[in-house]
Amino acid sequence: MALAKDYNSVMGRSNEIMKEALGLDYAEFESGSVAFDYDALMKATGYTLEEINKIQSKTGVGNTPLLELRNLSALSRKYAKPGYGARIFAKDESCNASGSFKARRAACAVAHAKKLGYKGVIAATSGNYGAAVASQAAMQGLKCIVVQECFDSHGVGQPEIVEKARACEAYGAEVIQLTVGPELFYTFLSVLEDTGYFNASLYSPFGIAGIETLGYEIAMQCRELLGKDPDMVVCTNAGGGMMTGTARGLIKAGATNTQLVAASIDLTGLHMASDAQFNKKSCTTGHTGFGVPYATDPDHSDVPRSAARPLRYMDRYVTVTQGEVMFMTEALANLEGLERGPAGNTALAAAFSLAQDLPEDAVIVISETEYTGAGKHVQPQLSFARENGIDIRFGDPATEDKPGVNVILPKDPSYIKYKEADIDHFRASLIKKAIKAHCPDVSKLTQADLEFLAAEVKRDVPFVKEVIAAL
Amino acid sequence: MAKKGDWVRIHATVLKADERTAKLPADTQKCDLEMWTKGFLQEDAEIGDEVTVETAVGRLEKGVLIEVNPYWSHSYGKFVPELVQIDKQLREIMFGGDR
Repeated sequence: MALAKDYNSVMGRSNEIMKEALGLDYAEFESGSVAFDYDALMKATGYTLEEINKIQSKTGVGNTPLLELRNLSALSRKYAKPGYGARIFAKDESCNASGSFKARRAACAVAHAKKLGYKGVIAATSGNYGAAVASQAAMQGLKCIVVQECFDSHGVGQPEIVEKARACEAYGAEVIQLTVGPELFYTFLSVLEDTGYFNASLYSPFGIAGIETLGYEIAMQCRELLGKDPDMVVCTNAGGGMMTGTARGLIKAGATNTQLVAASIDLTGLHMASDAQFNKKSCTTGHTGFGVPYATDPDHSDVPRSAARPLRYMDRYVTVTQGEVMFMTEALANLEGLERGPAGNTALAAAFSLAQDLPEDAVIVISETEYTGAGKHVQPQLSFARENGIDIRFGDPATEDKPGVNVILPKDPSYIKYKEADIDHFRASLIKKAIKAHCPDVSKLTQADLEFLAAEVKRDVPFVKEVIAAL
Repeated sequence: MAKKGDWVRIHATVLKADERTAKLPADTQKCDLEMWTKGFLQEDAEIGDEVTVETAVGRLEKGVLIEVNPYWSHSYGKFVPELVQIDKQLREIMFGGDR
């Protein structure tokens, strides 16, 4: 008998569909309360860092160059006090097959799907991950479907997302495009159920383990090139995978003194599920609209427990504006001869300003660059913004930036200034959400729960208790 | 007239506005959840007909035929004058305009 495919029926079968589509039973990791065994989840991949490296080196992924951005470092120094202005390096992840670090995640997920005998893979993503999965599926001989949120109700697509759809098709994938809304998950589940394909989720342990090689390479390349570990690594933060995987890789390499900074484009005030505001964004990823909810509630993703848990690893969270990222993208092309981004340059815009706080022999690494192309480029993104009534002008982003209303290009590079976000506020938010979801009666919280929550936010048990006391 | 076997783009409504139950902002609540995909047309049809296509992965999907031989038209956008100003300023700061 055919299964009912209406919304409620499909959503009701979510757990079974997921179990079939991941080849992993998340119930094994649950304690029945707030805590779950994150380490066991990460070990469930069954792959060591060496094995992942082997998979990636067979599939055009990894061992990307670490480039010193000498001119941008020199430019940044002009705005720092004497003796300050760190050396800025970029991990040129655009050199991966498919043009972004997402190939690292996809290589593992697709290899694992193939090993388990799945005929195809599906990913729900409007970002570079779609092209990454499609490229790896092409290479490893599996079929691929990418489900995208792409259009507003007038059928107008974000140019950056349209380009990503084109890339997926170029690699032979089917692209299912949808209008705005979280019910994308219903279509995703329904197609997973019908096809029996593997859920190549961005948030599975395979997806995150694939990024650990990036952090490991950063440590090794810095040691080889500079004789030391980087003082700071800045990661563009959206779903949290980059921060989680890179940090885990650095730790596996023994680089435990490196400060880890997450950077997102500030899109405060824009609602991510709003049809009218969908095309008022001028960057569709790397922004707080993903970065903050995924950091503070990692498990609202497309798997029962997300392997991307960025607050476990980040020391600081900073924001920059759309205009600063666009300016920096132009500077990267003009002063370094590297046409990349824009969204992947979020960390670079932050690093340009963070460098000015550090001495000139300090080393900052930004963990990625990404490919650029039609639609996904400073000019089409700004010209699309202008067509949508966004006011684009030079000014002071710190005082004039209003997401959805304007894009303020810094008057000159001295106006590129990161903003420190209140990370303890995000930490408290994670603790509150986790308790609300898993153990609303705080008197029932166990010692294991408290320790788990402390690890979840890179703080100690007294901090967790303080947050709970204020509930 | 589109022929069986043509590569086409179809459109379908996944959920009507009043069937949407997720927590949504008011403006999105008023919109249908719509879907587009592409594939090989399974029978001769006209634009606007309800058709079935076989997609790139071999899936059969139904929808309204909206485009035959669909192509991408996204581009590098129109000229944004601010960008050449940024380039000029950066060269002046770094090299005194002398490059």
